[in-house]
Amino acid sequence: MYCCKGEWDRTGKEGIQMSKLIEVRNLRVSYHTYAGEVRSVRGVDFSVEEGETLAIVGESGCGKTVTAKAVMGLIQSPGEVKQGSEILYGGKNMALQPEKEWEAYRGGECAMIFQDALAALNPTLTVGKQIAENLMIHKKAKKAEAMKKAEELLGKVGIPEPEKRIRQYPHEFSGGMRQRVMIAIALACSPKLLIADEPTTALDVTIQAQILELLKELQKETKVSIILITHDLGVVADMADHIAVMYFGKIIEYGRGRDIFYHSRHPYTWSLLNAVPRLDGDRKKTLVSIEGAPPDLLLPIEGCPFAERCPYCMNICTRREPPVFGFEEGHRVSCWLQHEKAEGSYPFETGGALCVEEA
Amino acid sequence: MNPEISEALLKEVEMDDAFQPAQKGRKNQEAVYERGIWYNLLISLKENRLAIVCLILLCVIILASLLAPLSPHDPDAMNLRNKLAGPSSEHFWGTDDLGRDYFTRALYGGRVSLTVGIFSMLVSVVVGTLFGTISGYLGGTVDNLMMRAVDIFMSVPSFLLIIIINSFLSPSMITMVVIIGIFSWMGVARIVRAETMSLKEREFVLAARNMGAGNLEIMFRHIIPNMVPSIIVAASISIARAILTESSLSFLGFGVKLPMSSWGSMLQNAQSHIMDNPMLALYPGTLILLTVLSFNVLGDVLRNALEPKMVK
Amino acid sequence: MCGRSINEEPVLQVSHLKKYFPMGKKQVLKAVDDVSFCIYKGKTLGLVGESGCGKTTCGRTCTGLYSRSGGEVLFKGQDVHKLRGKERKAFTKSVQTIFQDPYASLDPRMKVGEIISEGMRIHNMVEGKKEEQDRVQELLRQVGLQAEHANRYIHEFSGGQRQRIGIARALAIKPEFIVCDEPISALDVSIQAQIVNLLQKMQERLGLTYLFVAHDLSMVRHISDQVAVMYLGKIVELTSSDELYNHPVHPYTQALLSAIPIPDPDVESSRKRIVLKGDVPSPISPPAGCRFQGRCRFACDRCRQEEPPMRQVGTDHYVACHLVE
Repeated sequence: MYCCKGEWDRTGKEGIQMSKLIEVRNLRVSYHTYAGEVRSVRGVDFSVEEGETLAIVGESGCGKTVTAKAVMGLIQSPGEVKQGSEILYGGKNMALQPEKEWEAYRGGECAMIFQDALAALNPTLTVGKQIAENLMIHKKAKKAEAMKKAEELLGKVGIPEPEKRIRQYPHEFSGGMRQRVMIAIALACSPKLLIADEPTTALDVTIQAQILELLKELQKETKVSIILITHDLGVVADMADHIAVMYFGKIIEYGRGRDIFYHSRHPYTWSLLNAVPRLDGDRKKTLVSIEGAPPDLLLPIEGCPFAERCPYCMNICTRREPPVFGFEEGHRVSCWLQHEKAEGSYPFETGGALCVEEA
Repeated sequence: MNPEISEALLKEVEMDDAFQPAQKGRKNQEAVYERGIWYNLLISLKENRLAIVCLILLCVIILASLLAPLSPHDPDAMNLRNKLAGPSSEHFWGTDDLGRDYFTRALYGGRVSLTVGIFSMLVSVVVGTLFGTISGYLGGTVDNLMMRAVDIFMSVPSFLLIIIINSFLSPSMITMVVIIGIFSWMGVARIVRAETMSLKEREFVLAARNMGAGNLEIMFRHIIPNMVPSIIVAASISIARAILTESSLSFLGFGVKLPMSSWGSMLQNAQSHIMDNPMLALYPGTLILLTVLSFNVLGDVLRNALEPKMVK
Repeated sequence: MCGRSINEEPVLQVSHLKKYFPMGKKQVLKAVDDVSFCIYKGKTLGLVGESGCGKTTCGRTCTGLYSRSGGEVLFKGQDVHKLRGKERKAFTKSVQTIFQDPYASLDPRMKVGEIISEGMRIHNMVEGKKEEQDRVQELLRQVGLQAEHANRYIHEFSGGQRQRIGIARALAIKPEFIVCDEPISALDVSIQAQIVNLLQKMQERLGLTYLFVAHDLSMVRHISDQVAVMYLGKIVELTSSDELYNHPVHPYTQALLSAIPIPDPDVESSRKRIVLKGDVPSPISPPAGCRFQGRCRFACDRCRQEEPPMRQVGTDHYVACHLVE
């Protein structure tokens, strides 16, 4: 029997058994369009420990943003979180909870920051009011108190002259400043989980560095867990404790940051790492490009979804979807190349399937 | 994991060639990223019941008018002994005050009304499109002057002017078409100008200019084809308005002259007999209503369907 | 900035180019302010910088799409902005642009084959439909698409494929010089590699010269022979790719390089970070003196009063900074 255990022993940063803050199991999300059912997320499992950062990496259409929205409870019709999905937080399966529970959870326990700050902020309210609104709803604070805390928060996220700026509107801030405002709003109620959906993609690279430094500082101070969604592996390198690589609605490789970067075991991960030129690498090195494009989310797929684009595709890859193979430290891969019968030389580790027996 | 699935997997794994490199041949069906504008249109038409009803209604009316010569009755054949008769098996809609078969007259009337409507729409759309495109594309002083011309035309009380002109000319179908067309191109011109101004800043127009394309080429190959949806919407509304205008003119006696008759002139005739046989007014009136309404509804549906949607 | 001692005329020579946009209320947006560089045949110059630095405006002014406010752009010795009529048309045949947005730069109402052959028709390069079709199919094959794609509309294609169509369109008229205006910013990572590889292959095969405008310094370093770093309308450093990474001199270049993330946890954690304070300032009515004074960690009084000229600090290495003396 080849499979991977649902749970596995994971040791955290200091080698101590850490407690899981949130665990997602078998998450499936579909959108019902007139063209058919688009299965954006097809069974995703992951968990985040307290004070830890999980990065979800993938290209457009892989389902990472939809996953984030599902964890925040933001999936609305025509989207649907399918039966059997589990979002375990605080001992409850949030997927089954009524909207009232979600409202308490959203903003209070779990907050989200978006890629486009200008679209996510209310252009008709001052920045101070937007931060205070969060506090008044969740912490039942009085307005004066809330405004004072808002000023404090603006200072904490590095906005100069906060007492002046709480009275300004979002369009009076620059891109980087707006992102800081979003972080301030998100952190107003000291949530335990922060979901950042491509927070720096729209920013200049020097501003991106500032925002990432800020997030790291805040995490050190408040021990908030972060789910960082991005397509930029460089951003992830310094921040992520664990990385989940998504393709076509599933996590195809999951592991500690170091394992993904130095011991990746899936051809897609390996190609992603080599498709981007490194600033400190050989300038003339040819970029590894993956031909083709991901398949249509509307159609059912036989076998591994990456098979058609994979340069190491085997016959079984086109027939059956690969099971999940587990390795040390929670590193798991979904690829037939990890089966012991797969021989040959590949630029990444294969064949040494460390499979966990089914109990 | 379901043991059944595991067994099936085992079988696959045990196959001899399972782990041999695959012959490249399997092609995933290429993802269709967006559907074309006409496909979207068809879908939204299918979903809107009212639109389907209107479309069918229009088809029936147009077809019936085209097939008018097949009617066994002559629309001008008078039979004073049978005047103002009610509906019977011989005369579907009865007869009018001169004993003529009303149904056949309605069909022939439809020919006139629809012809005037469609052709004056063509005149106003062509003139309006050319005007609006040139004005919007060239911009600056030319645009200003041309738009002032539009303003002037729009401020003229067109209906009165048409009546006055018609009383000097002897109105035939052609003059009706031209006159109605001349006073209805302004709306089209404004819509087209607005779209042209936004289109000419688009990157593909920039790319065409970069390629060495001249102004005329850009206007006719790039800008006008991209405005076809809006023009179609404007056209359908224009037909509706033209039919109404023609009917009103004919009703007042300033439209088509006898022996040609349109729905409007039938209405005028029916006025004097409204106490004897109100149906004489109802038949052509309803036809006008249904036709104009259908064109308007379709125009609305088209506009909603062809509106640019938010794309990720 | 063309201090090369070869007997070769540069394909593109830009001297003291200025492009200003009046903003009303006596304010001027100095998008490009005294920029000079030159590019030789078969080479690629990367123009890099953050938002507001003027690189896109510079690229568009070089092709004559924008008028200039000062300085000159010489293409093979001819002043680009003085060309009219036939000469201008001949120029458009030699210089093409690949645009950033694959969704906006192609006409949605034209079939792919028509889009690619438009240039050929305008410049009378083919006779008869058969020849035109053959050439279109050849181009499609060259950029990695299939012949049957010529009959489809662009909405049936992905971003990467549309960008390939854009490249095929640019190559159709056999240009000598191509301005690549952020051609990969809107694409996914794995597709970016495809497009960059394709551009390089075409350059080798056809001897093209590129001006590559982008904000991704890693990609620019990979594809360019020379790199010019822009900040607020001025070039602050201009040198070869290798030299730029190995010995960056201008404080902005150093900060830019240190801000770029490297996908390698060990390297990242041991890197010395130079995090710039403050925001990218607006190019409207810039301050007197060096444009970078507000964020520079070495700024001194002289920097606030006097604008630094471009100085040569090595073979083919130019920097605009007062510290280099």
